[in-house]
Amino acid sequence: MSRGSRQLPHCIDQGRRGFLRRTACLSGGLVLAIAVPVSLGSAREGGAEPHVLNAWLRIGADDSITILVDRSEMGQGVYTALPTLLAEELEVDLARITVIAAPVGQAYVNALNGGQITGTSNSVADAWEKLRKAGAQARSMLIAAAARRWHLDPSECRALDGRVVASHGRTARYGELAAAAARMPVPKDVTLKDAARFRLIGKPLPRLDTPAKVDGSAEYGLDIQLPGMLYAVIALSPTLGGKVASVDSTAARAHPGVRRVLPTARGVVVVADHFWQARKARQALRIEWDRGPNARLDNAAIRSLLLRAASNPGASALQSDDVAPALKVGNAAQALERAAKIVSGVYEVPLLAHATMEPMNCTADVRADGCEVYLGTQVQQLTQAAAAAAAGLRPDQVNVHTTLLGGGFGRRLEVDFVPAAVEASKAVGAPVKLIWTREDDMTHDFFRPPAREEVTAGLDERGRLLAWSLHITSPSITARFDPTNKDPFDSVIEYVQNFPYAVANFGLRYTRQEIGIEVGYLRSVSHAANCFAIESSIDELAHAVAKNPLDFRIELLAGKARHTRVLTALAARSGWGHPPKGRHQGIAFMEGYSTKIAQVAEVSIEDGQVRVHKITCVLDCGQTVNPRIVESQIESGIIFGLSAALWGEVTLRDGRVEQSNFNDYRVLRLNETPEIDVQIIPSDAPPGGIGEAAVPPVAPALCNAIFAATGRRLRSLPIGAHRLV
Amino acid sequence: MVTFTVNGNTRSVEADADTPLLWVLRDHLALTGTKFGCGAGLCGACTVHLEGVAVRSCVLPLGALEGKRVTTIEGLSKERNHPVQRAWIELDVPQCGYCQSGQIMSAAALLRSNPAPSDAEIDAALSGNICRCGTYVRIRGAIHRAAAILRGETPP
Repeated sequence: MSRGSRQLPHCIDQGRRGFLRRTACLSGGLVLAIAVPVSLGSAREGGAEPHVLNAWLRIGADDSITILVDRSEMGQGVYTALPTLLAEELEVDLARITVIAAPVGQAYVNALNGGQITGTSNSVADAWEKLRKAGAQARSMLIAAAARRWHLDPSECRALDGRVVASHGRTARYGELAAAAARMPVPKDVTLKDAARFRLIGKPLPRLDTPAKVDGSAEYGLDIQLPGMLYAVIALSPTLGGKVASVDSTAARAHPGVRRVLPTARGVVVVADHFWQARKARQALRIEWDRGPNARLDNAAIRSLLLRAASNPGASALQSDDVAPALKVGNAAQALERAAKIVSGVYEVPLLAHATMEPMNCTADVRADGCEVYLGTQVQQLTQAAAAAAAGLRPDQVNVHTTLLGGGFGRRLEVDFVPAAVEASKAVGAPVKLIWTREDDMTHDFFRPPAREEVTAGLDERGRLLAWSLHITSPSITARFDPTNKDPFDSVIEYVQNFPYAVANFGLRYTRQEIGIEVGYLRSVSHAANCFAIESSIDELAHAVAKNPLDFRIELLAGKARHTRVLTALAARSGWGHPPKGRHQGIAFMEGYSTKIAQVAEVSIEDGQVRVHKITCVLDCGQTVNPRIVESQIESGIIFGLSAALWGEVTLRDGRVEQSNFNDYRVLRLNETPEIDVQIIPSDAPPGGIGEAAVPPVAPALCNAIFAATGRRLRSLPIGAHRLV
Repeated sequence: MVTFTVNGNTRSVEADADTPLLWVLRDHLALTGTKFGCGAGLCGACTVHLEGVAVRSCVLPLGALEGKRVTTIEGLSKERNHPVQRAWIELDVPQCGYCQSGQIMSAAALLRSNPAPSDAEIDAALSGNICRCGTYVRIRGAIHRAAAILRGETPP
């Protein structure tokens, strides 16, 4: 089998997470959208209704241009990048645009995710053709309206900076033409610009949401204020999976400001005039909890569950060729029997919390005939469905108002905090803002699942890689999240499915083992665990044959121009092989989200602890829409990856999460942030993802650097759990 | 009833004396730019100025505020033109933006007492402000840039 066939088809990488099919199409057409004040300086309320050119674009007679963005802004820059695509073809400046969040609607489904969902780092990939086409169609309709007004052929007119200009010199502003343009037939075939003519795409333009984020005016879910609104907190089961057995709310109800104490499916809700009153009254609740099935669960139990399952996979183990024939290359088991040298290791990653800066919250306003919900969410349709069920309404009676998200990282793919807000609003007959405290948020996350990953690799007598096999044992996120998903691997084999290194015999097994608690998607999902296993193993193999880990990789990537270009550039940029005195380097590569990315970590060991001095990162993410945002997302992913690699670990005792706040769930701070250097390789390939891609290489690059410094191989995370002497 | 000054305006608030300033600002005075992150003085998202000094409003009770002067992100400047805000915009610091009010208030307080901080001084002053998006590299750069703006330097 040729080396080239190691690569899986592109579509698997992008279309894999095909969930939400069951909730698609719940509400057709446009419903109300609220304005999110992200682009200031162009608020034009009070005038006539703007004209609807298509699902994403409205132009007012006053020349206002409003773009509806159907992906959620959680820091990754979609409120700038997506309007850039449309504005490029519409021929308007980015600074003129007002952004609002799209409502639930069929037009707003992310085709690559199969639902209206922000995740899998594919917002730009999904929008790349769609929004440029929407801009080009609108431009064509504006030109057609002008041509009709002037009795000209459209070919005698062109669009220029928010106006239509005729060859004989007449001009009309878009605002003047919008009403007529909106009635023009939508052209089927439009020609999109060549990259050479891009004015906006690929330029480091300022973000549209920055001004509102420096003066306190940016609106998050927590900031929603409605007339007559009450505040709520919820008492959640201390044991994960536990339930309320009985509740005595007498004392709580006597607290000042308390309006209602309400048992809900998720826990006991206290509604009061103000948050602080509700929070104090919650402490006065006397609740007996049924501790449920996890009353004795702890980390040792989870670890032994995974070990036992890995040792006795039986019928539950999936082989790669069950679902991905392209991953069937040679026969790893047979090849390992004739290998001259075996290099093996078990790599383990722990439970992780999302710890978004904005704790979970939802504001609901339930009336007899409908319901408004206001929140930061990555899943508008699931939110609508959850709110409708809780309110006893049809989904089309629920309007979802998406605010800015104070961090998502996959946590806001879940809607577990929505129903209680809706139930509370319905019970008290007023708008209710339900706020989780940090402790609620930390202890009731959908944690990143733990994984046990066993690599067995074989080298021949000349030190060449003969076989490489991986056995993953972990719970499945998707089995809970989308039971209709028939792909048993789903996100479990991320990065493995793009295994880039040439090997004649490749093996992959997955043993699904649930652990009793709910696990969820966390930024970069399984890319992180799998990159840790793959890139640590490749490093171990390089050292086993006494080769430079960079050269070893480049040899195994022969013929892959984009991969080797990234690594070669990284070597030059990082000064690979020549670290400053007392420092040591480690390297790791990752391919996912159609992006190729590699990092060099530069560390020293001080007092038994690793000190990270610098991370150099080079990536090829295809065509960039805004390189300034790409760069900040890469910095972001590296820092997120550092927090996880160095300290990230959620532990359980008797079914309770032991961490509760930022004092015991440590995340990186400014004084711990190393120098970060990012280089983007120019590319005209289709856009790849950038929001998650920088997370996975951090841990293996660090551990490979620690090996270079100490000769000690760390095969479990977090690094901080090990003493490095 | 506690009377104090917020962004130059005298405000009187009727609430339990143990109500943290954070919730007084957000729920009683509709100043939602100050954010709730941890409720325990651990993350800095709620940072405001009390008598010109950066404090964590989530652990500062209303009862301690009689006659005091508080500045929030909404009162830092009239036209979003405080040197720190200008630098933040120039460098496009925010990502999700949720922690940025607190970061900016901490940075503004630092520059008031130390108009030309070193990296180490920036690290020390801002280490109490967590950003999960990891905007730290840009924050460091933007504080240096704000210091340059204070010195009257024009954008590079």
